[in-house]
Amino acid sequence: MKAIHKTLIALGVAASVAGLSTAIAGDDAFTKPSISAKAMADALHLVMDSDRTIYTRKIVNRLVKKEKVIKASEHFEDDKALVLPAQMFRFGSELVAKRAEKLDDVNFSYSLQSLWPINAQNAPKTDVEKEGLKFIAENKGENYYAEETLGGKSYFTAIYADVGVAPVCVSCHNDHKDTPKRDFKLGDVMGGVVIRIPMDG
Amino acid sequence: MFASSDKTVFMPGPMTGGHHQIGVACASCHTDALGGSDVLQESCISCHGEDRKKPFDSHPRSKFTDPRNADQLQNIDALMCVTCHTEHQPEMTGDNGLTQPADFCIHCHSDIGKDRPSHQGMEFNTCNAAGCHNFHNNRALYTDFLLKHQGEPDLLEQPVLPQREFASVLGELIDYPADRYPIEQLTATQADAPNDINVETSVHNDWWETAHARSGVNCSACHEVMPEDGDKPVWVEQPTHQVCAQCHSLEVERFQRGKHGMRLAANLPPMTPADARLPMRAEAAHTELGCTSCHQAHRFDVQSAAVDSCLECHSDKHSLAYKQSPHFKLWEKELRGEGEPGSGVSCASCHLPRVSFDVNDWMSRVMVDHNQNATLSPNEKMIRPACMHCHGLGFTLDALADEALVQGNFQGLPAIHVESMELAEADHKRAERERTLSEEH
Repeated sequence: MKAIHKTLIALGVAASVAGLSTAIAGDDAFTKPSISAKAMADALHLVMDSDRTIYTRKIVNRLVKKEKVIKASEHFEDDKALVLPAQMFRFGSELVAKRAEKLDDVNFSYSLQSLWPINAQNAPKTDVEKEGLKFIAENKGENYYAEETLGGKSYFTAIYADVGVAPVCVSCHNDHKDTPKRDFKLGDVMGGVVIRIPMDG
Repeated sequence: MFASSDKTVFMPGPMTGGHHQIGVACASCHTDALGGSDVLQESCISCHGEDRKKPFDSHPRSKFTDPRNADQLQNIDALMCVTCHTEHQPEMTGDNGLTQPADFCIHCHSDIGKDRPSHQGMEFNTCNAAGCHNFHNNRALYTDFLLKHQGEPDLLEQPVLPQREFASVLGELIDYPADRYPIEQLTATQADAPNDINVETSVHNDWWETAHARSGVNCSACHEVMPEDGDKPVWVEQPTHQVCAQCHSLEVERFQRGKHGMRLAANLPPMTPADARLPMRAEAAHTELGCTSCHQAHRFDVQSAAVDSCLECHSDKHSLAYKQSPHFKLWEKELRGEGEPGSGVSCASCHLPRVSFDVNDWMSRVMVDHNQNATLSPNEKMIRPACMHCHGLGFTLDALADEALVQGNFQGLPAIHVESMELAEADHKRAERERTLSEEH
C-alpha cells in the first residue's frame, strides 16, 4: 500500500493544476490511499495533454502559421524564437524531475517519445515503451498500461497517444532534416507520452 | 596533524590544473569530512553550476534523471561530475580534466552511424579530438549553427569587437550609490581625501583624468570602508576587490570564477605567478593578483590591462609570440588611432572577451568577462564570444584545432582542417533529397 500512498500525495501536483481541492496536512481523508496509480497517471496526462494542446494551437500555430509574426525553433535562444511544443513539454518534465527530487512524497516522471523521433534519444528504449508506442499507434483512442523494472526499481508505466493537433505539428515534423517519417497527416498519432510512477519505496 | 589547518598531507594525489590553486583548502570541495559523492557533487555545482545548464551544456543533469536512462547510467553515471572528472589522479587525467577513456561517447551513441550515415566508420575517440564535438559546450558546433555560417570568408567584412556598456547603463543599476556619488564630472579640486592623507600629484592626476572622476566617483567612494564591527567608515589605504565589487560586482564575481581570482573566492591569499603551472616571468613571481594588479590603481587604464598587465606575468610560447602576431598589429593600429574602436585584438579580446551578461531579469549589458577560463578548456568555447566577431566559422574551427598555430599566436594560416562544415552541408543535402523524394510521392 506504501506505493499507492505515495502516488496519492503526488496527485497533489496535478490536483492543484486541475483546480481540485488541495490536501490539508494531517487530515486523514487526504492522506489515506484512495486512488490507483492508473487513475493518477490518467489525471496527470489530462493536465499535460491539455496544456500541450493549448500551447501548440493557441501560441505556436496561431503566431507562426496564422499570424506569421514569429518563428518557432529548437534553437529558440539563438533564433530569438518560440520554443517548440516538444521542448515546452520536455522543459516542464525536467523541471518536475528537479522539483520532485526535493519532495519525499512526490515521485513520477514523464517523457515524450516516438517511433519516428527527430532526436534518436527520444525513440522507445525499454520493452514496455516499444510495445506501448506500437500499441497506441495501432489502436487509436486507447491507452497502454504496464509494469516494468528499470535499474532495479519497479514502475507503473502508462503510455498515451500524442496526436498531431495542429498544422504546425505535421508540417514541422515532415520537413525536419532528421525526421524518419515525412508523411504525417493532421490527426495522426505522432508519438506517445510515457508516464512512470514507482511502485515501491 | 589533525588539528593543523594545512591538511595537504592527507591529499591522495596531486590536483589537476583546474583546482591546484585551491588544493590547500580541502574544504572547498570536501565540505563534509564524512560526505560521499553527493557532497562532492554539490561542491562541483557550487562553482561550475551555471555552466552546466542549457544552452551552455548539451548534456545537463536533467537529461539523465529519467528512469528510462537507468541502464545507460550503469555504464556511465552522467549524473555525477566525478564520473568523468576525478581529482587527484594525474596519471589518468587527460585534456580538460577528463578521467574517462576518450571514446566515452560510445556508451550512449554507439549506433550514431545509423542516424548519421556520414559518421559511419568513424572511431569514437575522434568525437572530441577531431574538433567536431564537446560533451558539454557545443554552442558553436551544433549542425544548424554550422549551416547558418556556411561559406563565410576567413576574415569578415567588418571585423570589429563589441564595446563595453557600463557607463551607458549606470543610471539603471539599482545598487549604484548614485545619491551619494551622482554621475557627473568632478573637478580636480573636488577630491575628498581627508587633509591628513598625503596624495601624490601623479595619483591625483591619474584619478581626475580618468573614468572615475568623470563619473562622480570620489576618493571616499573607494577608500572609505565600513569596518565589520564598526558603524563609522574608516580610511583604507589599499582597498580590496570587495570595494571594487560595490559597483563592479559582476566583474569581480566572474574574476573569482577564473584562475586569477579563484583563491580569493576560497578565502585564500591571492594567487601569485609563483603558484602557476604555466611559465611565468620570474620578476613577477610574487605579484598578488587582485583588481589593481592588472588595473593599476587610480589610472585604471583598460588598454594596458588588456595587454601589458598580462605580459608582465605570462611568458609561455603563446604569450611571447603575441607581439609578432597580426592581432597585435591591429591592436597597435587601434591604439595609434588609425583603427576604429574594437578593431584591435588584445590578449583580453580573446581571453577576457566582452560579452552580453544578464545583470538582472530585465537588463543585460556588454561587459568584460573576467573569468578567463570561460573561453578555454576546450578552446571552442572561445568561438562565439571572441573569434566570430571577426572570422568565419569554418576558418575559426580550423585555426583553433591547429595546436601549433595556437602556440605561435596565429601567425599564418591553419594547417589543419576540421570537416564539420562539410559534414553539416552533406547532411543538409541528404535531408533536401529526402524532402524532394517524399513530395514526389
